[in-house]
Amino acid sequence: MYFDSIIAGFGGQGVLLMGNLLAYAAMEEKKNVTYMPVYGVEMRGGTANCTVVVSDREIGSPIIHSPVSAVAMNLPSLEKFGPRVKKKGLLLVNSSLVPEKEIRVRGVDCLPVPSRELALEAGNERLANMVILGALVEKSGVVSLKALKKALYPGLDVRYHSMIPGNQSAMDKGAEFVRNGGR
Amino acid sequence: MARSNTLLVKGNEAIAMGAIEAGCRYYFGYPITPQNDIPEYMSRHLPEAGGTFLQAESEIASINMLLGAAATGARAMTSSSSPGISLKQEGISYLCGSQIPGVIVNMSRSGPGLGGISPSQGDYFQATRGGGHGDYRTIVLAPHSVQECYDLTMRAFDLADRYRNPVVILGDALLGQMKEPLKPRKHRGKAVDKDWALTGAGGREPRLLKSLYLSEGELTKHNWMLHRKYRRMRREIRYETVGVEDAKLVVVAFGSVARILKNAVSMAREQGMAVGLFRPVTLYPFPQAVLRRLAERVNRFMALELSTGQMVEDLQLSVGPDVVDFYGRPPGSIPSPDELYREIRKNYRKRIG
Amino acid sequence: MKQVFKRPKSLADVPFHFCPGCHHGIIHRLVAECIDRFGLRERTIGVASVGCSVFLYDYFAVDVLEAPHGRAAAVATGVKRARPDDFIFTYQGDGDLAAIGTAEIIHAANRGERITVVFVNNAVFGMTGGQMAPTTLLGQQTTTTPFGRDESLSGYPIRMAEIMAQLTGTCYVARCAVDTPKNLMRAKKSLQKAFEAQVENRGFGFVEFLSACPTNWKMTPQQATAHVTEVMVPYYPLGVFKEDENPN
Repeated sequence: MYFDSIIAGFGGQGVLLMGNLLAYAAMEEKKNVTYMPVYGVEMRGGTANCTVVVSDREIGSPIIHSPVSAVAMNLPSLEKFGPRVKKKGLLLVNSSLVPEKEIRVRGVDCLPVPSRELALEAGNERLANMVILGALVEKSGVVSLKALKKALYPGLDVRYHSMIPGNQSAMDKGAEFVRNGGR
Repeated sequence: MARSNTLLVKGNEAIAMGAIEAGCRYYFGYPITPQNDIPEYMSRHLPEAGGTFLQAESEIASINMLLGAAATGARAMTSSSSPGISLKQEGISYLCGSQIPGVIVNMSRSGPGLGGISPSQGDYFQATRGGGHGDYRTIVLAPHSVQECYDLTMRAFDLADRYRNPVVILGDALLGQMKEPLKPRKHRGKAVDKDWALTGAGGREPRLLKSLYLSEGELTKHNWMLHRKYRRMRREIRYETVGVEDAKLVVVAFGSVARILKNAVSMAREQGMAVGLFRPVTLYPFPQAVLRRLAERVNRFMALELSTGQMVEDLQLSVGPDVVDFYGRPPGSIPSPDELYREIRKNYRKRIG
Repeated sequence: MKQVFKRPKSLADVPFHFCPGCHHGIIHRLVAECIDRFGLRERTIGVASVGCSVFLYDYFAVDVLEAPHGRAAAVATGVKRARPDDFIFTYQGDGDLAAIGTAEIIHAANRGERITVVFVNNAVFGMTGGQMAPTTLLGQQTTTTPFGRDESLSGYPIRMAEIMAQLTGTCYVARCAVDTPKNLMRAKKSLQKAFEAQVENRGFGFVEFLSACPTNWKMTPQQATAHVTEVMVPYYPLGVFKEDENPN
């Protein structure tokens, strides 16, 4: 079993947390995992992306040029990482922020996710990142949704643990969206 | 969590955790990217362990504070990144000359000058050739995973005490920022009797730690003694090999490049190429004799580095210059496994067929 | 018979290497007497610097650590943090403390390190052969100011005691001289105060000593001592600049 993903967006969209949670979930399932953050030079408001590699064998490079999957939370991320996804790979795009006409990547399984709308349904539009993460996990099967939800405990600071149920229902929303065929 | 004993931490944090577990109680440092997680972790957790974290006014002050604390027999550490490590060289030279142990972490970035914050292996010469003035060496350990960051830091303290010599941990920005599962383990090193430590001359003759030797012949003797010590360090040589048994081409790399190379090597092997990997874990002492023995049955070697060629010189000294090729690149971008695979394939076709 | 004079226990029984008329020997003795007076010999760690006082360890019967040039205050910080109950002093010249080691001394003082600093100011680099120090007086000839120190080229002689007194972190700061018996007795008292600041865990103590360097000043011992009185003291006023019971 081998899986990797580049998760990218603006700083503040919570992409590093997404990567961290995925890593914790993989660890929970006793898989090998690496998480590699890449920040813009500026501390805030810049672009952020991270790479997560999950495998049942020893992981070599934590840095991947052509990933098996990618998550683009905004247009610049789609433009940068979309074309790098491996053939027959998986690309999740935040269609709440990226106009439909821009989402054209050939040779990959591309899934637009209206994350903000789904997050609103879950009760908090700021949980858009959790929606997409739930969709990524459901679509790829890299870890179980259960492990992902559990990852919130070690992944979030204790101060935010009261928000775990909200985060979990946002993850459910994303997974449900995938199960319903991306609608 | 199911694996309650396993943590997901950065390489930088693993170093700090390993240090505290190894009994490090004094940390002195000055902020510099990309190693700030180390002082930040220490500032929070050293006091809990009954130790002292002190943010110094400079890298120079940090290494000299370490010199002071370690001279009393305490386990002490400082960390920095390339430009800051340059400033510490004076102190490292004095530590060696005065035979005071200590652990110095270099999560290196790119140079020369202010350079950049991207990973680089351009500090290899500085780390393995002493780095400061005078004819001295430090043990240099190069981790390539988060677990190794933890384990080798603990080992660094034991080695420093055993040889009364500073030990350098040479990592880079990639290793420091990467998170991986870490299994913390108990430190089991034996305590060394420090009959040289400065603790006040109570009921004994006064002690002195110094590096100045002006009497006739004294400094020569001192340097020969240090030289013998550096030779003894050869018993600490460590390395990792992957698939060298049947290899016709052995690629050699350390730290994060070795890590990326592991993918490239397995890609090459899947394509039927007899390629093996040799990863020195101790950069000083360099595993020269092991490589020399390997060269008796392996025809070709290739060094891969995130520099324009430093470790390759040690490889050439080990196996001979005629059987070594080199692929390196200056800082700016990290090679992907595919890129390294292509370089290996090119070399393999040219040299092996 | 009553003994009126003896070698302090903290001073080793060896002759000083210092030049005739140099004040280092007197200052060494004052420090050793003070260590004895407070009964600190067996828990003292001295930090030697680079310069004429580099051989401190040959003369003091205490544990001594050699510091790189200028770094004594940082080294002493490390020692004191690891051995808070021991008595830690540095002994530094003007090149060491006021030129290359300015950052270290300012910040150690500003942190209020519980250490005692003995600063010997003879307005010249002695060990290296009489070059200009930051404390060299205007017009003073040295081997690197052959026409006399010119402020437009080299700036002004630096008054360290005054600077140290400005720092919130310091507890006791004084400038002394050993040019006359009266000044010597005052110096002894100041040194005791600086020791007390550390022994009572109150804070950072700093004593600057004006000192003669007949060799590099190209004077006789008598002329050099008179030079301290007549030329140095007017620019570097003697006195206590700070005496704070609880600085921080």
